[in-house]
Amino acid sequence: MSEGPAPTPDAARVDIPNDPASIERAQQAVMAALERHAYPKASVFALRLSLHEAITNAFVHGHETLPAATTVALEYDVGPDQVHLVVEDQGPGYRPDAVPDPTLEENLEEPHGRGLALIRAYMTSVMHNERGNRIEMIYKRPAGAAH
Amino acid sequence: MNTRESRIRVKKLSDITLVEFIDRNILDEAMIQLIGEEIAQLIDAAPSPKMIISFGGVEHLSSAALGTLITLDKRIQRNNGQLRLATIDPQIYEVFVITRLNKLFQIHENVDEAAKSFA
Repeated sequence: MSEGPAPTPDAARVDIPNDPASIERAQQAVMAALERHAYPKASVFALRLSLHEAITNAFVHGHETLPAATTVALEYDVGPDQVHLVVEDQGPGYRPDAVPDPTLEENLEEPHGRGLALIRAYMTSVMHNERGNRIEMIYKRPAGAAH
Repeated sequence: MNTRESRIRVKKLSDITLVEFIDRNILDEAMIQLIGEEIAQLIDAAPSPKMIISFGGVEHLSSAALGTLITLDKRIQRNNGQLRLATIDPQIYEVFVITRLNKLFQIHENVDEAAKSFA
């Protein structure tokens, strides 16, 4: 009997090294869980983008001064009506409320600072811990989207 | 994936440079940097460049890719050129709307419309 890849769970905690293949694998595990729960295409798009932005922020900004081998922790729990994602880096943290609003006229041409704005736009709720090294995202299945 | 391989296709439409993406997902930081460098070389290769970047087939785009587009747009303007974006999937267009970058870029339904829009 041939064995395919081991199925990914609907909920897990994974430590992600800073390389594209590992980041993609972690994201794909969440996407596979979304598919099992038949989340609509728009939800999958929103969650993939938000998760990618959170992980990228953790490595690029959170780990800016840390060794390249430092991992980022991802916790996910994909349920039938709600998705819970937590991304935690090992950096010193930052103040999310100090990030300039990239949609203001004077900031439109700034090349950085849009990741968090996209996460806030797409997720149902977004929370940060006091240190600012952990982002928690909750996404509720849109009303009327079939299970 | 070897990110040193080109991730774009380049075509000439008369005096217009058309750039298309090979990948469905424009997410990886190293790949975005490579794409940015390649397009920057194309911009610098012509005086007053006219460029269309087409997103046909692209399904996911990160904020880093948006940042690179902004940097490229500035470069084109410095070179007295013009940039148009075209063939953007509705879900990706929403990303432009959320970030209000639909106000910054000239975005067209398709490459033909974009080509017609050049002065």
